Amino acid sequence: MTKAPNPEFEADCIRRILAGQHQLFHELIRPCEHAIYFLLLSILHNEADAEDAAQETAIKAFRNLHMFRGDSQFKTWALSIARNEGLGRLRKNERLREDSLEDLTGDNTGDFTPAVLTSWREVPAEALEKQELAALIREAIEDLPDIYRNVVLLRDIEEMDVAETAAALGVTEGAVKVRLHRARALLQRKLAHKLKPFASKRSLFGWGK
Amino acid sequence: MRIDCEHVWEHISAYIDGEVDAVLRADIDKHLETCEICSAVLDSTRNVVVLVADGRVFELPAGYSQRLHARIDSELELGSPL
Repeated sequence: MTKAPNPEFEADCIRRILAGQHQLFHELIRPCEHAIYFLLLSILHNEADAEDAAQETAIKAFRNLHMFRGDSQFKTWALSIARNEGLGRLRKNERLREDSLEDLTGDNTGDFTPAVLTSWREVPAEALEKQELAALIREAIEDLPDIYRNVVLLRDIEEMDVAETAAALGVTEGAVKVRLHRARALLQRKLAHKLKPFASKRSLFGWGK
Repeated sequence: MRIDCEHVWEHISAYIDGEVDAVLRADIDKHLETCEICSAVLDSTRNVVVLVADGRVFELPAGYSQRLHARIDSELELGSPL
């Protein structure tokens, strides 16, 4: 999903944009587009709002580019702008829910034990050709509490490392690890029984090991 | 050291990410050799992580990128100094 960041290209690109080659900003923001949109969708729960906020994020990143210090990747910095934009809009709409308040590290409510199963172990990625499976997985992620969903999004979907995820979300690395663990356990529990049909079809067609 | 199933579950995410130390990894591996349930939990959790990461799950809305870059272009045309 995420292109490996190339720090030299990034630094060079930023220098040239600041020196006046503004068109290069398109190339700088391109690798971050996916993450920005889905982080905002995760915060705002509305596609039109997420898209509008993503555009605003890009404009703010451009206007404030001279403030970027290079102590994180550009993507991390852009995502923290996106997060602020998203949370700002939530507050404005007075829709800030309890689970959006960012520091629930000590929250131990919920059952994070995995579903015990032996009926399937692997659904092949090819099964995602079926819209139904992709929709099930999307739905399971959308149902996660916000603080867990944001971490899954950046760690497992955008494949950012723990430190960059922590910096983008403004939480500690420990919180990222705890939340990711819980999110994966919740997803495994939620999907355990729903994924079974996709696994068994595989062996029906003789794709099995 | 013998560890129980719950202990394995606690560390499953770190185990998948290769973030458990060598001693704990060895203990977990030993447990997995004989515990069918934990080995299925590990495989299914790892599978969920792989499926979630697949680009087909979260696709951008049609036209999102074009609209974003068009908006950036109109900002750039303003020619505001950085």
